[in-house]
Parts: sequence; C-alpha cells; structure tokens
Amino acid sequence: MLKTFSIGGVHPEGNKISAHQNIRQAELPKQAIILLGQHIGAPAKAIVKRGDEVLVGQKIAEAGGFVSAAIHSPVSGKVAKLDTTIDASGYRKPCIIIDVQGDEWVDTIDRTPDLVTETALDSKEIIDTIKEAGIVGMGGACFPTHVKLMPPPGNTAECLIINAVECEPYLTADHQLMLEHAQEILIGVKLLMKAIKVNKTYIGIENNKPDAIELMTKVASKYAGVEVVPLKIKYPQGGEKQLIDAIINRKVGSGKLPISTGAVVQNVATAFAVYQAVMKHKPLFERVVSVTGRSVAKPSNLWARFGTPLSQMIDECGGLPEDTGKVIAGGPMMGKALPTLEIPSAKGTSGILIMQEKESRRLEIQDCIRCGKCIEACPMGLEPYLIIAQAMKQEWDKVEKDSIMDCIECGSCQFTCPAQRPITDYCRLSKAKVGGILRARAAEARAASESSKK
Amino acid sequence: MSKKLVVSLSPHIHNGDTIQSNMKGVLIALIPALAVSLLYFGLADLYIILTSVLSCIVLEFVINKYLFKSDRLTITDGSAALTGLLLALNLPSGLPLWMVILGAAFAIGVIKMSFGGLGNNLFNPALMGRVFLLISFPAQMTTWPVNEWASKAIDGASGATPLGIMTGVLNHAPGVSLDQLPSAWEMFIGTTGGSIGEMSALALLLGLVYMIWKKVITWHIPITIIATAFIFAEILHLVNPIMYADGLSQILSGGLMLGAIFMATDYVTSPMSFKGQMVYGVAIGLLTIIIRVWGAYPEGMSFAIIIMNGFTPLINTYIRPTLFSSLPKKVG
Amino acid sequence: MNVILIAVIALGFIGLVAAVILYAASKKFAVYEDPNIGKINEVLPQANCGGCGYPGCSGFAVACASGPDLQGKFCTVGGQKVMDDVAKIMGFEAIATDPKVAVVRCNGSCEHRPRTSQYDGATSCAIAAATYGGDTDCSYGCLGCGDCVDACQFDAIHMNAETGLPEVDDSKCTACGACVEACPRDIIELRYLGKRNRRIYVSCVNEDKGAKTRKECSVGCIGCGKCFKECPFGAITMKNNRAYIDYEKCKLCRKCVVVCPTHAIVEVNFPARKPKLAVTEAVKPAAPATKAPATSSTKAK
Repeated sequence: MLKTFSIGGVHPEGNKISAHQNIRQAELPKQAIILLGQHIGAPAKAIVKRGDEVLVGQKIAEAGGFVSAAIHSPVSGKVAKLDTTIDASGYRKPCIIIDVQGDEWVDTIDRTPDLVTETALDSKEIIDTIKEAGIVGMGGACFPTHVKLMPPPGNTAECLIINAVECEPYLTADHQLMLEHAQEILIGVKLLMKAIKVNKTYIGIENNKPDAIELMTKVASKYAGVEVVPLKIKYPQGGEKQLIDAIINRKVGSGKLPISTGAVVQNVATAFAVYQAVMKHKPLFERVVSVTGRSVAKPSNLWARFGTPLSQMIDECGGLPEDTGKVIAGGPMMGKALPTLEIPSAKGTSGILIMQEKESRRLEIQDCIRCGKCIEACPMGLEPYLIIAQAMKQEWDKVEKDSIMDCIECGSCQFTCPAQRPITDYCRLSKAKVGGILRARAAEARAASESSKK
Repeated sequence: MSKKLVVSLSPHIHNGDTIQSNMKGVLIALIPALAVSLLYFGLADLYIILTSVLSCIVLEFVINKYLFKSDRLTITDGSAALTGLLLALNLPSGLPLWMVILGAAFAIGVIKMSFGGLGNNLFNPALMGRVFLLISFPAQMTTWPVNEWASKAIDGASGATPLGIMTGVLNHAPGVSLDQLPSAWEMFIGTTGGSIGEMSALALLLGLVYMIWKKVITWHIPITIIATAFIFAEILHLVNPIMYADGLSQILSGGLMLGAIFMATDYVTSPMSFKGQMVYGVAIGLLTIIIRVWGAYPEGMSFAIIIMNGFTPLINTYIRPTLFSSLPKKVG
Repeated sequence: MNVILIAVIALGFIGLVAAVILYAASKKFAVYEDPNIGKINEVLPQANCGGCGYPGCSGFAVACASGPDLQGKFCTVGGQKVMDDVAKIMGFEAIATDPKVAVVRCNGSCEHRPRTSQYDGATSCAIAAATYGGDTDCSYGCLGCGDCVDACQFDAIHMNAETGLPEVDDSKCTACGACVEACPRDIIELRYLGKRNRRIYVSCVNEDKGAKTRKECSVGCIGCGKCFKECPFGAITMKNNRAYIDYEKCKLCRKCVVVCPTHAIVEVNFPARKPKLAVTEAVKPAAPATKAPATSSTKAK
C-alpha cells in the first residue's frame, strides 16, 4: 500500500507529454527581461543602472528584505533600461532589461561537468551561500529558500522532505532533472541536511515516475539517512501540507507553519540549485522549463535562462499551434493563464502549457446541486460549496468562520464540480478579503495595546 | 500577435463531470430495474413511465419559460426526466394515467420549481409526488396488480405484497402469518408484488454497483440505510419472531432498496459531508422500520426519507467535515 | 352547553392571565427611547444603504438624535429635503450640502481600447482583477464585469452592452457610494452633481507613462499636463502620470476639455459649442447622462 495524504484529492489525467525528452539548452534571448519580483516577499532592489556592462552570474539586484532574494544576471551584455513589463500576474512590474552580447560568465563559476562531492562549509555558511545565490523554492511558490532553512524560534527541524512529486499534470521538468542529474541532486540534499542539521531525508516521488524512483533509490542507497518514498498518484500531493502528511503522517495545524511538524520541505529542483550554488559557485539564473501541450509540435524540457520571453521558447518547440486557446505558466491546476506571450520566464516558471482552444473554455455555470463532490475533493476538509455561496453574497465573516484561510487554492473543488461553478475563483477572492480583514484587525489590536500602554 | 488568448484563474482543467453526466449515470443505473418491471408488467407500466417522464419535462419547461421567464433550458440537465422516472418507479402498475400526471405536477410544480428549481428544493420531488398520491388516493396506490409473468411462471403468486403480509401479522389479521412471506430469494429476484421499480432487489443493487463504480454516488447513504434497517429488524425479530419479520425480508421487501439506492441518495436533499450522510442513512434505516412496524402505513421508506430530507439542513449545519488541520496529529 | 361554558371560562381565564403577564412584562422591561429617533426614522427613506456611514437608517436616526448638530451627517438617498425635515424635528440648523453623483472615470469602450485577451473566469470584477490586468492592455481601466451594477440597490447603474462600460443614471443615483466600494479599480468616484447636472472630469485613472497609455487606449490620460497649465483655478493636479480635477475647485469653465489631446477630459450636459470649438465634441463621453432633469436627484427615492 503506497502512502498518500489523508483526505480529499482528485485524479487529473497525467498527460506527461514531454516526459523523457532530454533537457536541452534554450537559445539565448536577444534581450533579457529580468523581473525584480521573482519570489514571494519584497521585490529585489536593482544595483545596476542603464549602460552598465554585466556578466552571466553577476548580481544585478539585491534582496529587498529578509523574505526576499537576490537576482543574478542570466546573460552578459549591457543594461538597456530599468522599466516595467507585464509578468505572469498580468500586471506591470519593475524589471531590468539587458541587451545580450555574447555569453561571458563570471569566472568564479565552475562550468565543468565534474561532480564535486566535498565542501568544508558549515551550516551557516551553506545557508549564506544559498541566500547569496538567490535560491528560491522552485516548485512554483518561489519562497526564498534561506528563510525556510532557518526555523523561527521554538521550532526545530527534525527531517528534510524533498518534493519530487510533480503532481501537476503535464509538467515533467523535475522528472527529467532527476533522470539526468540524480547524483547532483543527492549532493544538494546532503548540503541541505547539513544546513538544517538533520540526519533523515525523505524524497517523495509519485508512482507515475517509476524510472525516477528506481534511479533515485539506487543513488540514494549510497547516502545514509536518505530514503526515497514512492507515493500514490493523487493531486495535490505536491502541496507542502499534503506531502508532510503523506510521508511522515503529521498534520500542519491551522495557521501554523509546516516547520511546526518538524519537517522542512524543499523542491527537488531547489536541491539541484543548492548543489550548483555551493559546489559550483553558480547562482540561480536558469532552470528547467517544460514546454508542453497536446498540439505542441516538439514538447520539450529546456534549460532556459530567466528573462527569456516565453514566445521565444515556444518558437523553439515548434511555434505556437494554430488551435491555441490558452497559454499557462505552470501546470493546469495552479498555473497562471497569460494574456500575452511577451512575458519573461522567471524563477517560478516550471512549465509553459499550451492548451487547445477547445480545452480552454470553461463550460456554462449552473446552480449548485449540492452533490458534495467538492467536499469529497477538498484536501483541507473545507466545504467549498458553502464558501462560494457566501462569497457571492460577500458574507466575509461567515467565510472566515468556515476556515477559508486553510484553503491552499489547489483547485480540486472546481476541477470536480459538475455544475462548473468557479469555486476556486471565489475561494481566492475570499482569502484575499478575509486576509485583509484579519490584517486590519491585527493592526487595530496592536494600536489598541499600544495606546493602552501609554 | 493577432490571436487573443483566453485568460482565467486556475484550475484550467476539469474532470469533465457535469450535471447531465451524473443524471445520465443514474438513468443508466435504473435500466435493470426498468427491464425487470417491463418483463413483469408489460406495456402497462411503460405508459405510466412515459406519462410521468413527459409530464415532468413539459411542466418544468413551461414553468421555467413562462413563470421564471428564464432563457436557460434547464430540462436538458436531465433532472426532470429523472424525477419523472423515479416517480413512475414508485407507483403501482395500473394506476390511472391522470393520477400519474397529477403526481408529476405536484412533484415538479410544488416541490421542485416553487423552491427555485434544481438544487434548491428541500424535499425529494419524486418521493413527495408519490406520498401526495398515496395520501390522496390510498386505495388506488396500494392496489398491486397481479404479477403476470410471475403468476405464469410460478403457480399461485398473488397480489398480496410481503409488506401487506407483515402489516397483517402486526394487526393480528386472521389467517395471516409470517410463514406466508415469500422466500428471500423470490424477493431478491423480484417475483412478488410491488410498485413498478421495487420489484427486484437484484436489479436495483446492480444499479448501485454501477453508480458507485462511475462515482455518481458514494456508498455512504445506501449502505448505512440497508445495514441499519437490517440490524434493527433482526433485533426485533429476535425479540419476537412471530410478530416481526426477519431482517432479510425487511430489506428485500417493499421500496427499501429503491429508496435507499435511488431516492435517499438524491444530491439535493441529502447531506453534504460523509459523516452527515451516514447519520442521515442510519436515521432513515431506523425510521423506515419504525414506521413499518408501529406506523399506520405498511411502507415507511418514503416517509422516512422525507422526514430526513427535512433534517438535512440541520445535519449540514451541525455535522461538518473534519478540517485537515484538526485531524489527529499522530506521529508515525 | 356545559362543555361550551367550560371552554369559554377556561379560555377567558387563560386570556386574562396572559394579559396580566404581558402588562407586567411591558412595564418591567420597558426601555426608554428618545422619541425623536422614531420621528427621524419615519422621515428617512429606509433604504438601509449605509451611504451615510452609519449602519442603516435606524443607526443614522440614533446618530442624528444624539449629536449636537447635523455637521457631517447627510442622508445621500433622501438628500436635502430629508435633512431639512430631520433638522426641523431636532430643532437644529439645516446644513446645505451639494448633492453628489457617482461618476465612472473610464472611457475605454471597445472602440477606444482594443481587447488583447479574452477573460473567461467568473463574472466578477474583483476576481478578474485578481486574475490579471484585464482583457485590454490597460491595467487600470474598467473590467466590465459589473460589480458596481450588482452593488447598486437603486437600479441606478447599468452596463452598456455596446461600450462595455457602466453608465450611471443621474436621476436614480443617490451617491450612497456602494459602487465606489465595489469597484476594485477605484474608477468610480462621487463628484458634485453640478449646476444643471454639468460636470467635468478626467475620465481615466491610468498611471502608465504616456507612450504606454497611448498604445493601450486612445482616450487615456497621458499625463501631458496641458490641462494643468490651462486651468485658471488651480483645480487640476498631476500625479502618477495622470491629471485629476478637484471638484471642489472646478468652476466648469471647460478650458481643459479643449486642450486635452486625447479627449480624456469629459464634459457632461453642456450645451453644444460654437463650431470653432466643436472639435472636442467628436468624442462623446461613454456615459452620457442626458435624461436627468436639473433638480431630480433630490427627489429620487
């Protein structure tokens, strides 16, 4: 009996069209557009100005706060301007535009393929290196990695969980990365274990990647305390809370951080990035991107520098198909639909999914028939039918009581709703509204306590 | 780029499940029961089924179009057809057709559409239609025509239903005893009297298996109803074997199977969470046997379901699914 | 006979006991309420819209009855007439307040602002705004899902199917501000209704740089500042690449309308210009509020 998380979940079709396509280098863009906000938290602050010459791997923006990450130039050339561009959120965000000239790397980066296995760095130095390299969670949420490696006071890390689930349909970037770079990933895992001072690691892989499970198990057997855990196929297993539940059977409480269970979860691609940063001195400026979709001529996995326009990557994979309806950055369950293809890739761009016109449209919304399938699907034990009904009436206080802040926006409810109701849309709206109310209340309470002190 | 991309929030895919597909699933699950009834009663009940289904569809269309003035075609979702079919299955073969139309009108017009249509009704329309007819025309509604096919095949099958015999025993009717009950096997394959759809437990169970396989419904409601009714009846039988029929006869007779599998599982009128569904199922099982044994009507299924339909909002309010964050945090 | 008698006596007795209990209870639990509250409540329109800033009409009545004067208290629905009545009840001095009306500050109709993508999510501006910048390149303009229409309980705002923009019916708008709350883009603003319903406002809230704005929408404010220089009353401010006309200072001279190169400044209910100036008339506001007679807004219920 394979492990999986306790409640809810759905089974979308895998559609791993780009599986087993060797990762190839994407072409360099003519002009790289590097967003300053590629992660959760404060946007980075640009430290270059117009006309500056930069090299590949050179830091061009520094962290804008504790929860933030530095950004390194993915290309060499001249800074054309600091401007704004539409990013995956659909809004204009600040960015640095660099005219690409050649491909000159910073000379400290070790570009050889040789495996480096030993380092003298201690825990703190490793975390500092990770922070300096601008590494963020590569699963899509882009939470700065160094923050996660430093548990807040009162919490201690007991084990490391490597997220190699890739439960989103279509995406194959992590799968292919494991097949091609298992050695490096495990060295990265070792480094992460050293950083958070634990001696147990679980690597969770869904059972639809038997070759990756086999290879990783073989490589992991050489490392003490690293265990590969095959998992039953069920979405959203890659959710942090679900993965912790599936592997070590502990539940993250409402409003608690995952670290409260003693587990630190890192993505498999993050482990690889950590290896490159620590052992090869290469900061994070490229990643594997799956370009996929039913009509795509050449579904591929590409090593793409950040700042490459998505349109260019799509052209490399056979161009935008005639019957395109929707283009999604990320997977189909949680990815962002894009209004234009001139959006640059960023740290969280795990895939570009091109959907056909006929799969792109939502069906007509009907009245709720109270079938309860959303409850069955919700991995957080919420009642989505109730949340959408109350959100439509803007009853935010009731939505708050129904634990909306537990929602992980996985989309399972909407995926399963036979009446095609936009449940997840309204859950997101509710979360934003209730979040605002909670923050206002906290601010009020703070102000009240301060005034009472005086 | 000239092409305009489609943009919406995630999820961008759907499992393809629709209201229509669910209704279709239930309709397909009813095919075995329909086949059995056609085999037993012949064309007579085909007329009833067609009348019921057609009048439900026409009525919903008319109300939607001319009363609600809505452009949306709600009859295509198949729920009206399903209500019609379920109503017909709950009627005795040979009922005058005008009564069928009246029942359908009550079900759709009063119970379903006056609450706002599919998804908003408090009670199961088909069942309310049946109960309405049962209370208005008790004589016609409890006249079970002789099962033609069975009487030819098995000599001596009579119009007396197993439930009639059980009630007779409970009322100390002369010359009636539980020994006259048909065997469990006869009831299982359905050679005894009853409404159009409640003939064969086997056919209905086939439907249940199909619906669970196709994920139209989950096991919670039907299984808890059947199990509770069985256990409760068995206890009564142990207390007094002469007065109370055994559990197997209780669950195989009358409308229990039909009710448990097709009527109580109606999405709209049953609780949302699994826990709530199980409470609902247990309560229906208990109520059914209580009404059968101590009530005035021989059949308790319809009333039990309708009573629990009324409690459904209460169950939904107080029995909620367990939050992931409140699940036992065991360390393993 | 006997039975009837018993029934009559019994029921009569029960009635008597109940009456005594009720009387005692009403005396014991009586709560004193300022009679003015009830009187004020009677003259209020009972729309319970919250436009006054109090929780419904009864809340407003309590506030009026308890306050030392009517400063800062105004029933937007009832308007001046109701406030005069309230002042009379309380014996306060009536405070004259200019009536306001909701104004939609976006002129990006389908013709002015080309669509660049297709929105397929839930029909809610709030959700569309959470999804992305909108189905045009302008991420400041109207999303057209009609959250303002849903929020209005006076039937005063409607979507124009042709322009895809909401239109305010001056005669029905009570300036309660529900639409202002509802709009995730802060496009709708309450402005003075104006003399003879005449208003001038910048019908654009785009904060992109001029060159970008021009690409996004043909009637967007490009922040050129011509109107700012032209205005003789200092009513126009420039901020974040856009102009804003302060309705407190604007004297409706229309000079800014003439100089605006993109026709982003809109004039409403003015008589036609002399032919020489007619150039600007080419661009009509997307929300022409023509039907409204001059004084009707205070009469609307």
